[in-house]
Amino acid sequence: MSEMRTMLVSSMERLLATECAPEVVNAAEKGEWPAKLWQALVDAGMTRAWLPEAEGGSGVGLGDVLAVLRAAGRHAAPVPLAETLLAGWMLSSSGMEVPDGPLTVAPVRARERLSLKKSGKGWTLSGAAGGVPWGGQAAHRVAIAWVGRQEYVVRIDGAAGKVRSARNLAGEPRDELTFDGVALGADAVAKAPAGVSQGELFRRGALARAALMAGATEKAMAHSLRYANERVQFGKPIGKFQSVQQQLALMSGEVAAACIAVEAAGASGGSGLAEAACAKVRVGEAAGVAAALAHQIHAAIGVTFEHTLHHSTRRLWSWREEFGAETDWAGYLGHWLIDLGAEGLWPAMTNQTGIPVAA
Amino acid sequence: MIFQDPGFTMPELAPELQTLRAEVRAFLKKELAQGSFVPVCNSWMEGFSPEFSRKLAARGWVGMTWPKRYGGQERSFFENFVVNEELLAAGAPVGAHWVGVRQTGPLLLRFGSDRLKDEFLPRLASAEIFFAIGMSEPDAGSDLGQVRTQARRTDGGWVINGRKIWSSGAHRCDHMVVFCRTGDAGGDRRAGFSQIIVDLKSKGVTIRPIIMMNGAHHFNETIFDDVFVPEYRLVGEPGNGWTQVLSELGYERSGPERFLSIFPLLVELVRLAARDPDARKVIALGQLGARLWTLRRMSVAVATLLAAGQSPEVDASLVKDLGTRFERETIEIIRALAPAEWSAGAPSEYEVLMAKALLSAPTFTLRGGTNEILRNIIARSLGLR
Repeated sequence: MSEMRTMLVSSMERLLATECAPEVVNAAEKGEWPAKLWQALVDAGMTRAWLPEAEGGSGVGLGDVLAVLRAAGRHAAPVPLAETLLAGWMLSSSGMEVPDGPLTVAPVRARERLSLKKSGKGWTLSGAAGGVPWGGQAAHRVAIAWVGRQEYVVRIDGAAGKVRSARNLAGEPRDELTFDGVALGADAVAKAPAGVSQGELFRRGALARAALMAGATEKAMAHSLRYANERVQFGKPIGKFQSVQQQLALMSGEVAAACIAVEAAGASGGSGLAEAACAKVRVGEAAGVAAALAHQIHAAIGVTFEHTLHHSTRRLWSWREEFGAETDWAGYLGHWLIDLGAEGLWPAMTNQTGIPVAA
Repeated sequence: MIFQDPGFTMPELAPELQTLRAEVRAFLKKELAQGSFVPVCNSWMEGFSPEFSRKLAARGWVGMTWPKRYGGQERSFFENFVVNEELLAAGAPVGAHWVGVRQTGPLLLRFGSDRLKDEFLPRLASAEIFFAIGMSEPDAGSDLGQVRTQARRTDGGWVINGRKIWSSGAHRCDHMVVFCRTGDAGGDRRAGFSQIIVDLKSKGVTIRPIIMMNGAHHFNETIFDDVFVPEYRLVGEPGNGWTQVLSELGYERSGPERFLSIFPLLVELVRLAARDPDARKVIALGQLGARLWTLRRMSVAVATLLAAGQSPEVDASLVKDLGTRFERETIEIIRALAPAEWSAGAPSEYEVLMAKALLSAPTFTLRGGTNEILRNIIARSLGLR
């Protein structure tokens, strides 16, 4: 057990308990920016936690970041915390300053490409990126853009480019950004250093979504337990019926699997690529099962807007597709396992430095 | 539950363990090449080979965590975990010693008298003798409180009468740990039980085969008709049987045998997908791989609790419920991807593995506590019962 992690998570829990009430989540869905919640996260150092101490961060590891995101997922925090942390990692690794304010990242889809062209002393950026979380609200977007086969990290002002607003199933902003020769200064562009790439952004994004989902399954479980103990039918709480108990036990297995998959992927050695795949696949599966069971246990009240179960379940149904759905990651993983061969399957599962696949 | 503790961090197996792992792999490779075994699914149940168990014992891989004075190697819980998972993944025939070493050894170490430990542990560790477990009865399956087999006090010992069923390998084992009534229940259905070691060659013991639907014989019915057992063969305190049995469950339920029983089939899926990498096979392989990877990490996490002397009954139940359902789903997923008209006499290795797995799969979610009972345990821990 890690004391650092316990402290980080409990301060996150305290903060979210006061600043992330259901009304805040509902208001955010109507388009209101949760300024107080965001400020509380900034003040607690959560938005810069992943940065080195010299850059105002806490220098915590990936596992701790994922634990923080799990807490954010438990509370359905309607802010781009994961994206700001990812953007900070990209900028800081590239030697660029990390600006204040909510940040986001692009592209978040595997096959999209932004392209960069030299133009005088600066650069111009072209291309489109869909589903960008808070793409229209973020103070800056941090993106991977390509010159030929070379990747660059670029910082794009929040006002640049065209925004077509869209929302995911949970009402979170997932905007399409179009850059039609947007001018970028030389200080806003850096060659992507080793370890920073669109692939790595996709991997870390998938892990971040897995962590958020694990938290959301925990919350759906907590809702379901409380409801099963409170709701009385046939003269007793429905949680006294074995059929309901069996469903809750199944759900708790899925929640446990989701939490451990995230934790294990965060702790994995090597490239961690296959482990991220494992986590996104397994947590995505758990998300589907847990959401379905939670609604079955809650019956009709659970599908109303008034009950807040949907804060968790609509996010689960959205997040499992973001940064690659289970089928996408299972497809990659399947190919990697085929490459390792029949004799390589077991060694891959037990390798101390992670499942050996090329990053 | 450990998995949701906010401070939980993933325990890692120490790097030194890879040396031991390599030794086990080299040994298995050699044995396979020599044809000393053919990989099978469910090998800890269906692969009964005293010779193979003795080969493992000669390398110190049977009862390896036990004290040296009892024939063990005093190696760590995790070294044992590594050896076990390697043997299971290879589908090696470890059934002869598996249950005795998993349950009876730890039981004796924790509750047994010096005399019992001296008498049995060294021979268990050398795979000279094998133990069966006598728990279920015709009227006591999941409901162990209904056990009626009775041990009555007599001069210098006990006289046992009753019947036990589903004891795996009893016809090939030397002894059985019999869970029986030695005193009145009073008001507590868990009270008055004890565990007694019975020599299966004793007068009054009759062992009858219970043939499985696949024709295999590993289950038995064991009948005790005025069987005399010396006093000292009662393990621990008279009347403490229930507590003692519960302490075995963490070991029984969270180990790698709860998700690796079908590993040889998963290896076949890699071959099938390599030959014909259509999207469905590739995705299925990825999904099953992700599930297995997660289950193994859960099992390692529970092992750290066991190693620390805790009894994580609920976490272990979660692993067994998820793990055994994974085993059954794996069979269903693969069969649908590469169907054949199954026959145990088929020429292809894959078809033989599948034919056998289909007929043993129903036991996966039954043995060691049905999954429904495990979920009751989980539900109780959630505060629902």
